[in-house]
Amino acid sequence: MIGLAHFLTVAAIVFAIGLYGLLSKRTIVGILMSIELMLNAVNINLIAFSRFITPEVLTGQIFAIFTIAVAAAEVAVGMAMIFRVYYDRNTVHAARLDEMHW
Amino acid sequence: MVDFPLLTAILLTPIWGILVLSVMPREADKTIKMISAVTMAIALGLTLYAYWAYDVSLGGLQYIENVPWIPELGVSYALGVDGISLPLLLLTMLIGFSTIFVSWNVEKRSKEFFIQLLLLIVGAVGTFVSQDLFIFLLFYELGIIPSYIMIVVWGSSERVSKEYAAMKLTIYLLLGSAFMLAGVIALYVNAFPAGMRTFSMQVLAQAHAVGNLSENVQIVTFLLLLLGFGSTLSMWPFYSWAPDGYAAAPTGVSMLHAGVLKKIGGYGLIRIGLLILPLGAKFWAPFIAFFAVVNVLYAAFVTIAQKDLKYIVGYSSISHIGYILLGFAALNVISIDGAIANMFAHGIMTALFFAMVGLVYEKTNTRQVQSLGGLAHQMPRVAVGFMLAGMSSLGLPGLAGFIPEFTSFLGAFKVYPLYTLLAISGIVFTALYILRVLANVLFGPRRVEFDTCRDASGVELVSLVLLGTILVVVGVFPQVLMGMVNSGMEPVMALLVKLHVTPALLGGVVQ
Amino acid sequence: MFNQYALSHVVLIPLLPAISFIIVGFFLRRLPIVAATVSVGMSLISFALSLGVGYGVIAHNITVENPLIQRVPWLSIAGLKVDMGVYIDPISAMMLFIVTLVALMVQIYSIGYMRGDAGFGRFFAYLSLFASAMLGLVIAVNFVQMFVFWELVGLCSYLLIGYYFHKVSAREAAKKAFITTRIGDFGLLVGILFLQILFGTLDFQQLASNVPAYVAQHGTNLLTIVAILLFLGPIGKSGQFPLHVWLPDAMEGPTPVSALIHAATMVVAGVYLVARAFFLFSALPNAMEVIAWIGAFTACFAASIAFTQRDIKRILAYSTVSQLGYMMLALGVGSVTASMFHLMTHAFFKALMFLAAGAVLHGLPDKNDIFAMGGLRHKMPVTFAAMTIGVLAISGIPPFAGFFSKDEILLAVSQVSTPLYIIAVVTSFMTAFYMARLLIVVFCGSEKPDNHPHEAPMSMRIPLVVLGILAVIGGYIPYANHFGDWVRFGLASHEGLDWSIAATSTVLSILAISLAWHIYGSGKVSPYNLSWRFGALYKLSFRKYYVDEFYLWLNHTFVDGLGRILNWLEIHFVEGIVQGAANLPVGLGNLVRKAQTGKLQRYGLIMFGAMLIIVVWLVLLSPLFRGALSGGVY
Repeated sequence: MIGLAHFLTVAAIVFAIGLYGLLSKRTIVGILMSIELMLNAVNINLIAFSRFITPEVLTGQIFAIFTIAVAAAEVAVGMAMIFRVYYDRNTVHAARLDEMHW
Repeated sequence: MVDFPLLTAILLTPIWGILVLSVMPREADKTIKMISAVTMAIALGLTLYAYWAYDVSLGGLQYIENVPWIPELGVSYALGVDGISLPLLLLTMLIGFSTIFVSWNVEKRSKEFFIQLLLLIVGAVGTFVSQDLFIFLLFYELGIIPSYIMIVVWGSSERVSKEYAAMKLTIYLLLGSAFMLAGVIALYVNAFPAGMRTFSMQVLAQAHAVGNLSENVQIVTFLLLLLGFGSTLSMWPFYSWAPDGYAAAPTGVSMLHAGVLKKIGGYGLIRIGLLILPLGAKFWAPFIAFFAVVNVLYAAFVTIAQKDLKYIVGYSSISHIGYILLGFAALNVISIDGAIANMFAHGIMTALFFAMVGLVYEKTNTRQVQSLGGLAHQMPRVAVGFMLAGMSSLGLPGLAGFIPEFTSFLGAFKVYPLYTLLAISGIVFTALYILRVLANVLFGPRRVEFDTCRDASGVELVSLVLLGTILVVVGVFPQVLMGMVNSGMEPVMALLVKLHVTPALLGGVVQ
Repeated sequence: MFNQYALSHVVLIPLLPAISFIIVGFFLRRLPIVAATVSVGMSLISFALSLGVGYGVIAHNITVENPLIQRVPWLSIAGLKVDMGVYIDPISAMMLFIVTLVALMVQIYSIGYMRGDAGFGRFFAYLSLFASAMLGLVIAVNFVQMFVFWELVGLCSYLLIGYYFHKVSAREAAKKAFITTRIGDFGLLVGILFLQILFGTLDFQQLASNVPAYVAQHGTNLLTIVAILLFLGPIGKSGQFPLHVWLPDAMEGPTPVSALIHAATMVVAGVYLVARAFFLFSALPNAMEVIAWIGAFTACFAASIAFTQRDIKRILAYSTVSQLGYMMLALGVGSVTASMFHLMTHAFFKALMFLAAGAVLHGLPDKNDIFAMGGLRHKMPVTFAAMTIGVLAISGIPPFAGFFSKDEILLAVSQVSTPLYIIAVVTSFMTAFYMARLLIVVFCGSEKPDNHPHEAPMSMRIPLVVLGILAVIGGYIPYANHFGDWVRFGLASHEGLDWSIAATSTVLSILAISLAWHIYGSGKVSPYNLSWRFGALYKLSFRKYYVDEFYLWLNHTFVDGLGRILNWLEIHFVEGIVQGAANLPVGLGNLVRKAQTGKLQRYGLIMFGAMLIIVVWLVLLSPLFRGALSGGVY
């Protein structure tokens, strides 16, 4: 039978992929996508915990819906910023966007 | 009339002035100055009334007001004055009133200037009338920020740039106040158990008596306060901000800073340091006495080598602070009486000195001693002001400086004979540099280049007449000041006597 | 009765000149005639009151042991009570008389001398304040009052010496006077503090009654130090060696001021202080010895300088220093009577000589060198007569005033110490010589062709006549009227002259005057030749033993040097520390800012790495895991 541990494992794998992408992707579009992956890993966790530990209340599910909504907003804002950056700098490479130091 | 909140009125008058000024159009230059003057005149009048109506024979705190503000923390809007703070309050008002007229010729952004000047005054007034540490700190910080802005915007650069001087002054004082804050919090936390904690100075002063403050706590806390108040008071080695700051500041700010704000340090040492932490005071007193002597002699010799009038007055003021510190360190009634009275006398004298230097600078456009000379020919009134300030500075009897110095020496001589001897030798060097300045600036052949300079007249005379009169009146009738100061110290006498016989860590020597 | 009124209103004596100072100084500076009238009028009333006091002292049998004292509380704090008041005994009554008299004479004289001066009103205001301060000092009831007025006297002398403040030399002299006396005041102040701590009071009367008990109980060691500290004040004020240097320079003031400073105010304050505190000094033999020797040395030292000086006022100044040395010597050997007697006669003849010198300078403006004068006796007969009387009086020729007082001093000294007596007699010889030199060179001989001297106006001649009469009779009348029974301390004075001492000193003085005539008057010997023959000695004396140069060097090297060194430290070292402290956070910031690469993904990596470490750390620490390690639940 598929139990809590399986869900958590999948979530961990997805999270790790997202984290890897976050740290290794060269464009910010990729980074944004990786963040979405990580958020979804968290969503899986939330729902899994809710389903297996407190099945009588739907807190986890509701939280997941919130997260999805916020993530959608985040993508919208994030993409807008990326476009803006692209217009200004003509690049979306994370390594080249390093003016904000010293 | 009994219930009239006199101190609140005194405190609110300049605030009210600030509010009115802030809605004035900035072109209304004359009106702005008039409003400031009227405001300060009212405040000075109220303070004079308070001084006159204070019952010396009764002593203790009078005109008390107490409104709880943040009861959870034990903060209350507590005001009150006694013989220690009332002379300093009067000093603030006298100098504050004079600075308005000294700054009469400020044309650049006069609205902002006078608002900040009044803010500075409010800060000083607040520290002297408050009986609550929280409020005290609040007002203390209020004084620092305007000085920064005023030095940068209206100051002058001579040896160092005004921006540098302002930054130095601000950082020193803020750093000092950070130590002070730490000390106050340490005091607040240790004095009473949770639930009974309070910022009230009166209640905190009881903590030692009931045995809540252990010796070690007192010693550490006093050190923190000493670092804070010591830098305010420009105690050696925390004085470096003072000469540069005074030199760069506009005249009014120099007067207020050297005359009044500095005295907050001495006042704090007595009100908080001595009255709340007597054992701490006793522990550190020998160190303070040593630094006091260094203050006197070191600053006197540095003054001898100065060329700029404002630096001369600045360093000489540091030198005089040594007498105040010595009086404090001796921890007996006569010497502390002298120290408090000296704060008053020194304030008036330094303010007059700075006012005169400001006048000379305004008229001749130079402050360098070697490029001045013979000014008594063209400006006899300024010369009189210079003479009064100088003579009071070298402790001439008949002017305000003598009796405070005499009593400080007398009290200190019993406790620190050697230090006092060294400090008294300072009067010779003081005479040396003061007389040199007077001789080189005022006397000597007439110089044609100053023939176009007109003598002080009109509003320029206000500070000269007011402060000069005070110097003479207090000098001839010292009881006016000393009686008041003594009434403030008399209740403390029992504490001091007890302190002398308390076996305590003294000057780092273990019991 | 007037003397009753005077005795109960002694306070008016210093107060009236003070009022005159305020009125003249603030309101009448532009009205010379009115200013002078007010000033002289007030002085006249003061003088009249002093006469009343003097008469009252005799009439009411007020003696040194039984003084009249009035006190008003001035300062009262816990542990310190200070009064201001009036202390009348024969000594202070005599001083009141001298001070008001000389002040009055000087003011009358100044009307003529200062006519047309731009600062006429200011001058009279200062003169009034000066007199007021000195009178306040004379009637002091305690050391604080004494010190207060003592310093005010110093201030007034500063203002008056520097009266011609456009002259650099005047302003420097004024500064020098103030600072030099300040050095002495340092000792005085410390001594006063000592007294307050040892006795708990500074009141003369209470101290006088406490000192013997203290000496009996604790001995004299500490008290001797205190007394010598106190004596530093008089050393400065009364121009005793080594703080005498300001007094000759004080000649930069207008001549009437010199007369006032030298005869009645300022310099005699020191002598008066010792006399007033004599109950203390007389109990301390060692301190007395110090006073006597300093006095004797100063007397001889200053006389040897006066030998070669060429400036008329400077010669008089050194003679003052010398005579003050005499007074100190008299005090040092224990004779208040002789000292006070000499103080009085000296006031008469020294004021007379200074005013006469002023008349000379008034008649010959811009000339100070006595060798540029000569033959003035024809054109200035009154001045000549006045100066002659003064010289004879100071030389101790009978029956002039100085003879009696000097004899009194010599007698007192001879009874105590032979070496001191010899010094005193030698000084007396020297005094007669250099004073005769001055008189002969200025007034005798032939007139110089470029000089156009004229006699002084009436207002200047009146004081000369009055003081001249006093310089003649001012010695014999007090002597004949038992001066010593009144003005004394402790023992009653002796009766009569000691003929052997009187004869010795008189003969020596006459010899000295003849010698001076031989050298300077007869024309047989060339003074220049003499000075050339004793070149080194002459130079040493002419340059005042290089004491001024030494002090200047000391001041320049040590005080200014130390100032410059500390200022250099201040700018480079202290400022450096401050800068360093300020640079520390900046440097630290520079170090750590390198970590801020701006690479977003590196930040993320560090963040997650750190989080991982923290998580692992927490897990390792958790009791659950530790339990597992030690072979627990699983």
